[in-house]
Amino acid sequence: MSLDTSTEPKMTWTGAKTLVDPQVAIKRGALYVAENRIMNMLKWWKSVIAFGLGNPTLYLLSIGIGIGALVDNSVGSNGIDGVSYLTFLAPALLVTAGIQGALDEVTWPTLEGFTWERTFFAMNSTSITARQIVNGVMLAAMARCVLQIFLYELCLLAFGAISWQSIPGLLLVSASAGFGFSAVMLAFAANIKDDDGIFAIVGRFVVTPMFMFSGTFYPITSLPIYLQWIGWISPQWHGTNLGRSLSYGMPVENWLFILHWSLLLGMGAIGLLLAYRIFEKRLAK
Amino acid sequence: MPKKSKDAEDMIVAKGLTKVYGDFKAVDGIDFTVKRGESFGLLGPNGAGKSTTMKMIASTSQRSGGELLILGKDPNKHGPEIRAHLGVVPQQDNLDRELKVWENLMVYGRYFGLSRKFLKGKINELLEFAQLVEKRNNKVEELSGGMKRRLTIARGLVNEPEILMLDEPTTGLDPQARHILWDRLFRLKELGVTLVITTHYMDEAEQLCDRLMVMDKGKIMAEGSPAELIKKYSSKEVLEVRFGSENNATVAEQLKGIGDRLEILPDRILVYTDNGEKALEKIVKKNLHPVTSLVRRSSLEDVFLRLTGRSLVE
Repeated sequence: MSLDTSTEPKMTWTGAKTLVDPQVAIKRGALYVAENRIMNMLKWWKSVIAFGLGNPTLYLLSIGIGIGALVDNSVGSNGIDGVSYLTFLAPALLVTAGIQGALDEVTWPTLEGFTWERTFFAMNSTSITARQIVNGVMLAAMARCVLQIFLYELCLLAFGAISWQSIPGLLLVSASAGFGFSAVMLAFAANIKDDDGIFAIVGRFVVTPMFMFSGTFYPITSLPIYLQWIGWISPQWHGTNLGRSLSYGMPVENWLFILHWSLLLGMGAIGLLLAYRIFEKRLAK
Repeated sequence: MPKKSKDAEDMIVAKGLTKVYGDFKAVDGIDFTVKRGESFGLLGPNGAGKSTTMKMIASTSQRSGGELLILGKDPNKHGPEIRAHLGVVPQQDNLDRELKVWENLMVYGRYFGLSRKFLKGKINELLEFAQLVEKRNNKVEELSGGMKRRLTIARGLVNEPEILMLDEPTTGLDPQARHILWDRLFRLKELGVTLVITTHYMDEAEQLCDRLMVMDKGKIMAEGSPAELIKKYSSKEVLEVRFGSENNATVAEQLKGIGDRLEILPDRILVYTDNGEKALEKIVKKNLHPVTSLVRRSSLEDVFLRLTGRSLVE
């Protein structure tokens, strides 16, 4: 390729002092970061929908409907909490969908932002601060989380597993579980210098056990006491319990209700604060 | 666009600027000023403190000591405001590989709060400037190294910055790609954009910089225009002679008195003189016959060698 000297590129130049109002970017920085993340997400929208709905739908069909029939046959259609197995299972699956949706948007993109493509450094070379990057990434993650939950809710509604009245409440609870867990995971991902399979380990030894032992498929009290602690510290269980109380009125004591919300929102707040500190430190290096 | 003059506004003022990482002083109390419209270079080997200085000017890394004013503001207090008016081209490209060429310019422009309408026009200009019009809809990962570099520079211009900072802009590029890039940067210089460039390539510094700061081990070794530095720290010409690696040191003893100064490198001897040909005649008269000889003009490499006793590119 040779330098084309026949055409002089025209460059209009007002100058940043007139052109850029720092206050605009300072106020809206997080939204611009979220805009970038959503633009990236749209490149993969088919995979996002397929993965987001694929797994929970498989669980819905195989366990909710398949095992559900077995359970309902053996203990009756009001066997667990006085409702059908599918109704019992649905809020838990929504929480799973919410957690998974948000998780995918905070883990890989963070590794990409700091290590693979260093795009967070590009953002930070503009007015955008470390905190705004954290907030923007979380906003985009929550957008995906909410979308995924909502689509899944429509699916569950079609199967008669939830009522349409419970849609907003279940959305809020499941998104809160996604927020709590993904904020902590965002702080964790921000510490990773290179991908040496750490997310696969987290997937196998944190996310999967959380899914299996948090009262998703059966009440947590059915587990031996030495396994119940997994549920107690898991946003999956706290979200699921709140979801069940909203969906079909599963009784939850007041103190436990407060504990469920505190844990989900507390995890989110602590995760965000940690992420702010780690991002600030790493971007200033 | 304002042009530079002696009374031009101070864009960057550093006094006793220091950056410490643990026990290591990456930048050790340096003073310098950059005026509007100037093209200012930081020259030095890897680890000299150039990039650390750049990060402090870019207002992303806080200084450990001293004073620093960028566009009249303290970056420790007004980082985001200052960054709104800077353009940064980092050493390592940090483009969004998933996005197309034009999308990269769009998202980066949005970070400054610029409207999509304005950016649409600006992107066309920048693509033309960076000779990437035909690559507009390509994904970044499909571009060559030189194209990515040009896109990163175009991206750094999206907010029409008061200062454009380029950290090792041509490292890793082939000679042709480097020349295309130099041409583009030269055009920016002509437009009057204030440029701050780090490099360890002396030819790049000579081509692009009005004024240079030679750095080594976090300190300023010398400052001035490329011509001033060469005049002050080197001779007009340099005679390079090779007698074979094993003989250079012995022969050098016999060359004393020829030229102003000798520099003995492992593979060759440099004779600093105002007339290389005459110096070579004197050597031959001593019945010494170099394997190869070369007369060339003094360069910033010689300045650096004189100041630090080390080569720039190691």
